[in-house]
Amino acid sequence: MDIVKLTIDDKPVVVERGTTLLEAAKSIGINIPTLCYMKLEDLNFENKPGGCRVCVVEVEGRRNLAPACKTECSEGMVVHSHTVRVINARRTVMELILSDHPAECLTCAKSGNCDLQSMAQKLGIRELHYKGEQSRYKGDKSPAIIREMDKCIMCRRCETACNDVQTVGVLSAINRGFESVVAPAFEMDLDKSSCTYCGQCVAVCPTAALTERDSTWKVVEAIVNPQKTVIVQTAPAVRAALGEAFGMEPGTLVTGKMVAALKKLGFDYVFDTDFAADLTIMEEGAEILDRLSRHLNGDKEVKLPILTSCCPGWVKFFEHHFPEMIDIPSTAKSPQQMFGAIAKSYFAQQLKKKREDLVVVSVMPCLAKKYECTREEFQVNGDPDVNLSISTRELANLIRNANLDFGKLTDEDFDNPLGESTGASVIFGTTGGVIEAAVRSAYEMFTEKKLEKVDFMELRGMDGIRKASVDFDGLPINIGIAHGLGNARKLLEDIKAGKSEFHAIEIMACPGGCIGGGGQPYHHGDVEILKKRQKAIYAEDAGKPIRKSHENPYIQKLYKEFLGKPLSDKSHELLHTHYFDRKSKIEINQE
Amino acid sequence: MASVKLPESKIQELKEVCQKYDNKGSELINVLHGAQELFGYLPAEVQEIIADELNVSVAHVYGVVTFYSFFSMLPKGRNPISICMGTACYVRGAEKVLDEFKRILNVKVGETTGDGKFSLSCLRCVGACGLAPVVTIGERVYGRVSADDVKKILSEYA
Ligand code: SF4
Ligand code: SF4
Ligand code: SF4
Ligand code: FES
Repeated sequence: MDIVKLTIDDKPVVVERGTTLLEAAKSIGINIPTLCYMKLEDLNFENKPGGCRVCVVEVEGRRNLAPACKTECSEGMVVHSHTVRVINARRTVMELILSDHPAECLTCAKSGNCDLQSMAQKLGIRELHYKGEQSRYKGDKSPAIIREMDKCIMCRRCETACNDVQTVGVLSAINRGFESVVAPAFEMDLDKSSCTYCGQCVAVCPTAALTERDSTWKVVEAIVNPQKTVIVQTAPAVRAALGEAFGMEPGTLVTGKMVAALKKLGFDYVFDTDFAADLTIMEEGAEILDRLSRHLNGDKEVKLPILTSCCPGWVKFFEHHFPEMIDIPSTAKSPQQMFGAIAKSYFAQQLKKKREDLVVVSVMPCLAKKYECTREEFQVNGDPDVNLSISTRELANLIRNANLDFGKLTDEDFDNPLGESTGASVIFGTTGGVIEAAVRSAYEMFTEKKLEKVDFMELRGMDGIRKASVDFDGLPINIGIAHGLGNARKLLEDIKAGKSEFHAIEIMACPGGCIGGGGQPYHHGDVEILKKRQKAIYAEDAGKPIRKSHENPYIQKLYKEFLGKPLSDKSHELLHTHYFDRKSKIEINQE
Repeated sequence: MASVKLPESKIQELKEVCQKYDNKGSELINVLHGAQELFGYLPAEVQEIIADELNVSVAHVYGVVTFYSFFSMLPKGRNPISICMGTACYVRGAEKVLDEFKRILNVKVGETTGDGKFSLSCLRCVGACGLAPVVTIGERVYGRVSADDVKKILSEYA
């Protein structure tokens, strides 16, 4: 290994050639402040535009200060990370950035979570010496994401998320100098672009330039409306992250407190999206088995691999980028939408209410769900199956608004019938979970034998693409898993080229799956947090008395009383959907 | 943005330009140059085709187009007006001349009038400093132009 020796702040340090000053300093416990820089450790992505210059340090023998995030260590370097000159330079840089930034911290959606704000604090900025014109850009409100580019500091993290991690390619820096800004092509609004609403750009934006479309107040209005019965459903990944918003350790499970808080907030019924996840397994599992047995019987038409369809970010991705393959994914709706459809039919009947009198609210780790519930195919005569979708962060705000002391709440249980769930449904919240849940049920349906060991460790983990073969009583079933759309793209290219050896593939748009969703408490680039949330999810699964979806007694009851069996006409009507070709077409003038 | 229908033969030529550069994303700037020569400007549709051919995102193509002032997304007018902004012209009042063109035509620099008759752009020194301020319209050169002359000059194209 080629190594170099240098000293930083009088401490000697030895590193591999190619290491940056920033990393070398970190290895000996010196954390040089950074703003534009971001490293997503386990995902192997780095944003290193070297633009903000907050990370400058002094290198002896060099006239100019060097940005630590971009400067490589060299032999014998003598580096000082906090001289007066360095500190002054950082403050000047910060003041210049702030001179083109609206000072709206008091009312800003990102206040308390903003990297720009905390850097200004850290550097002790108390006065702005530079006053100049501030750049102004048009706002952009999509169903899920709001772009307020006046607050953009051109760190380009969103570009890394959208272009490198997700390979969606919606965002690019455009124009130059003072006019420059990050925008979709032709400065079109996000809702006109091929944005998947995965929210990964929002998850990494240091400021409030990118935020979710906030629906908390609409939820409050519904709750206080005496005409409406308000039902809430909570996605599996929310319980593994909500506690962070109240200062708890990442990975703290807060299921019971979350339910208690929702009841105190005044929802009429507190149900669980997990119930609908069990339902998804019933339908998706049946579909997998149906395609598999047709394939085994020599049917050449049947499409394999089957792809999961519970992630709306992923759905929109393939609709835009792989429209020729829209008949490959399962037709099963996402758990959010299955829940809405059942709540507004089966449960409305039980309550003897019209569907319009029900308001279904979902709490999701996800921003794509805000968009999903506005899709026309998920409405009946203009009444959406899910009326409002709020993120984990928005729920945390509602709880704060209501002045509830979250940490002190006594655990409560979900209501029934739509609140009962199994361990299989809980793991929907992490990458690998949906397919593991499907395998648990499909195995028993296919082999008609009891599955003794429900933990499929070979399907778990954090690698972007994972492969495993599961033994279905002598028949090896090849399973693929991808999380992050860039990884999904790789598996799709293989299918397109006829090179895929899989029978079934699980895809989730967000790195880590929904635990890393665009609506979760901000991780500020610390991917370790995702692993802790993942652990919490598997712990919740292990602690559940029932761990296979088809054994959920309320699911069995639902089929008996209402749906018949999986893939029945009723199931198709309520629980399945279809996809659209969204690739933009260029008009051709035939001469 | 008005959508432009592209003739099929031109699309073919555009694809050939891309092929000339091996459909490489790293050759984007050269491809855009070639495309602008072909179409005179770079409408959205052209950028979309280029993105597809070079396998880069449209946003990235648009980012490059907007970064270099050489590239234009608007068709040139039938009579392209250029105003020299070199030092000599500038100190002798080229900016006032420019403002007058902007006012009368009601367009900004880089834009084309609604009827497609005139487009307006600025140039670096054209090397006719003796005639400053200099304005060119198509092939014709006008020297020692003052703001008061603008109306008369434009009337020649009525
Ligand atoms: S939401 Fe996802 S797809 Fe849309 S711009 Fe952000 S990162 Fe890109
Ligand atoms: S929108 Fe946010 S993430 Fe993107 S460049 Fe601006 S400040 Fe950075
Ligand atoms: S992975 Fe989960 S959080 Fe992310 S877009 Fe898909 S459903 Fe939403
Ligand atoms: S953090 Fe190094 S230049 Fe921005």
